[in-house]
Amino acid sequence: MTLRARDLTVNIGGRTVVDAVSFDVADGDRLGIIGESGSGKSMTALAMLGLLPDGATATGSIRLDDREILGLPDRELARLRGSRIGMVFQEPRTSLNPIRTIGRQIMEPVRIHQRLGRAECRSRALELAKLVALNDPETLLSRYPHQLSGGQRQRVGIAIALAAEPQLLIADEPTTALDVTIQAEILELFDRLVDALGTSLIFITHDLAVLQSIVARALVLERGQVAESGSVEDLLRAPASPIARRIVDAARATSWQKPEAP
Amino acid sequence: MTTTVPIVRQRGWARTFIRNPAGVFGLVTTVALVSCALLSIVWTPYDPVHTDVLSKWHPPSSAHLLGTDNIGRDIFSVLLAGSRVTLQVAVGSALVAAVVGVVFAALGSLTARWFREIIAVLIDILIAFPTLLIAMMLASALGGSIMVVIVAVGISFGVNVGRVSRPEIRRVSRSEFVTAGIAAGLGPVRNLTRHTLPNVAPVFIVQLSWCMAVAVLAETGLSYLGYGAPVSTPSWGRVLAELQSYIGIHPLSVVWPGLAITITVLGFNLLGDGLRDATDPRLGRPEVITA
Ligand SMILES: Nc1ncnc2c1ncn2[C@@H]1O[C@H](COP(=O)(O)OP(=O)(O)OP(=O)(O)O)[C@@H](O)[C@H]1O
Ligand SMILES: [Mg+2]
Repeated sequence: MTLRARDLTVNIGGRTVVDAVSFDVADGDRLGIIGESGSGKSMTALAMLGLLPDGATATGSIRLDDREILGLPDRELARLRGSRIGMVFQEPRTSLNPIRTIGRQIMEPVRIHQRLGRAECRSRALELAKLVALNDPETLLSRYPHQLSGGQRQRVGIAIALAAEPQLLIADEPTTALDVTIQAEILELFDRLVDALGTSLIFITHDLAVLQSIVARALVLERGQVAESGSVEDLLRAPASPIARRIVDAARATSWQKPEAP
Repeated sequence: MTTTVPIVRQRGWARTFIRNPAGVFGLVTTVALVSCALLSIVWTPYDPVHTDVLSKWHPPSSAHLLGTDNIGRDIFSVLLAGSRVTLQVAVGSALVAAVVGVVFAALGSLTARWFREIIAVLIDILIAFPTLLIAMMLASALGGSIMVVIVAVGISFGVNVGRVSRPEIRRVSRSEFVTAGIAAGLGPVRNLTRHTLPNVAPVFIVQLSWCMAVAVLAETGLSYLGYGAPVSTPSWGRVLAELQSYIGIHPLSVVWPGLAITITVLGFNLLGDGLRDATDPRLGRPEVITA
């Protein structure tokens, strides 16, 4: 699988919120997208799945294995969603249906895309629950979201995103809503799963430490534009753009490590 | 490959419901109403429309369980037969209201913005029409009948159901789990049936049970004004309307239809509330291990 975005531009109500963004994600590749709040990270992610809010228009090109997916009709998109590209959301509290059991929600993409029978779906759900390291998966499958902790819910979110075996996983700030210790566990899980399954990953965050722990290559977005792109190592060592410098400085100021001598 | 999965889950909604006395009361009165209606088709102690001036105003006795009225009808028989009208009116109105409400709510929440706004205005206009006015218009065209009550209450309540559930459907259909469902590949129909409608169902349940209650009361009022069941049809509303002028002399005779109406109305409301509470997993149903 390769994903190739070229001059992706998103307009909402006459405002350009994503401005000529281009990037490539190859098979098994990981790409980070970092930027401040409102820089257009989520809009970039949603554009890839055709999930932009009402009134938003996207132009440019997004090719998935040489097939243009930007502007595909909804029916075609529905076939890609979940099965080629999976998405993990920021807020596990609201991204699960409060009145359906965890098991049913994990089974849903399996049922839609893989057309398995009930029993097979159920054992696949159990398999997925184990994959994302949920404790006591048998019990958990028959629980409702409100009975789970935030970390458990996000594991469920990951299980749903991976259920139909997509080749690309897009995670939009999946750890922002979690405690720091839980954050580390979830990041570790992403790292392990993406490696084990050979899934490509687009990981969105505003946190440099998180970015550093999960990807080696990243885009820096500012007001919808790519301010800088390249290896995370270079970004940390020698941020070229003012926004990257600001992000790096801010991260140093809040981290425990001593700032380097000038 | 087979994996057996032990079932540990929340207590089912039916078991939860059974433990709620108010809900059970509602269920019992509703079942009682249905039973009375069915029974009255095949049997009533006396002919409910048979009048006999010689035996008017009998007090309750073993012959006339609830006594007789101003024209000598057996009140118990009249009420038994009247339960049929009450049930028809309640169920019929709720069905009409459900259809009208779902159509208005869906059109007013899931369509293009300009269309939604037209629907919103239309709802506001229709809401301003009192049920009574709709009933009067229908009755002037069709004559007074149970159908007039059903359609009038159904339409006016349906508009109200639409008004109340429209923002609710909008809120739910924009919530993140619906977006997450779309991101997982759900089509619009599945999304509606799996995510959106189940999450607005509590609003519908409560609204429709309330509609049934209102319909019973409306039947009383409209019969009183002559837009309801024709004179030949025994109905609770009609009995109450006919007997209310004797309340000073034979108060007990008015108590029976009044009691029947009150209990039925209360029962519908409690049944609706009980069902809503029992079907919402967030209201903390305790867990049971079944296997
Ligand atoms: N539904 C919407 N209607 C209009 N404008 C929107 C809408 N959603 C987002 N925007 C605007 O688009 C811009 C980019 O938003 P986006 O959600 O992509 O930011 P983000 O980088 O993900 O920020 P955050 O870190 O806060 O999630 C913002 O300026 C925002 O105000
Ligand atoms: Mg965002």
